[in-house]
Amino acid sequence: MHMTLTQILFGVLSFIAILGGILMIFSKSPIHSVLYLIITFFAIAGHYILLNAQFLAVVHIIVYAGAIMVLFLFVIMMLNLNKETETHKPAWIQITAVIIGGLMMVTLVGALKGASMLAENNKVDATIGLTKRLGMVLFNDFLVPFELSSILFLAAMVGAVMLAKKNIH
Amino acid sequence: MSAIEIIPINWYVTLSAILFGMGVLGVLFRRNAIIILMCVELMLNAVNLLLVAFSAQHNDPNAQVFVFFIMAVAAAEVAVGLAILMMIFRNSKTTDIDFLNRLKH
Repeated sequence: MHMTLTQILFGVLSFIAILGGILMIFSKSPIHSVLYLIITFFAIAGHYILLNAQFLAVVHIIVYAGAIMVLFLFVIMMLNLNKETETHKPAWIQITAVIIGGLMMVTLVGALKGASMLAENNKVDATIGLTKRLGMVLFNDFLVPFELSSILFLAAMVGAVMLAKKNIH
Repeated sequence: MSAIEIIPINWYVTLSAILFGMGVLGVLFRRNAIIILMCVELMLNAVNLLLVAFSAQHNDPNAQVFVFFIMAVAAAEVAVGLAILMMIFRNSKTTDIDFLNRLKH
């Protein structure tokens, strides 16, 4: 009974994620694209919870749905782009894009489907995604990259402000 | 209790490949630069999902720290990318990438 429940959850979350992605690509209005992408992100956060990555699920929702997509919405609002006036690529380019994207999908799935990816089947550790465990790893093994990412953020902040400023004296 | 004990890893690989392919399709299909940036986000998320699945399979928290760093870099990338887009829009009144072909001529 439990087994089927997990598999049903996997199927439903995958369906929502893929459907949100398809609607994001093919919807006319940019605002609708952003909202569909947020649905996809929530489905992926559900996958993280299923995989016992609770900390990452929360961070994913906060960072993606809470920060990045709001940034997208603000830019669309400030540029006043919510019109369906986007000119489309010529039909042959669109058909070529669909063929190339589909071929890439089929190739990836086909190449990876038969591969055996068996881990040594040791006992699954449920505490792996908790904040305490990840914090120990982050601040012991990855302390230098963590500090470097703060410098990256500072540079990105300065760069974004400088690029978006109207007049640079 | 983890989903990785019940669901084969190949399903996660397939799902990630489909999501990544959809991101590639969106980048090739659309002309609006904002949508293209969103499709890049979708591709990054496909990779993140695969890393988390392998992390659960191998009992290794390092992969989850990688996902954490990918999220940080993605946030910085979006901030700078959207600032560049605003600058482009201010100069040329469009976010259509086919308009920005001056390097070609």
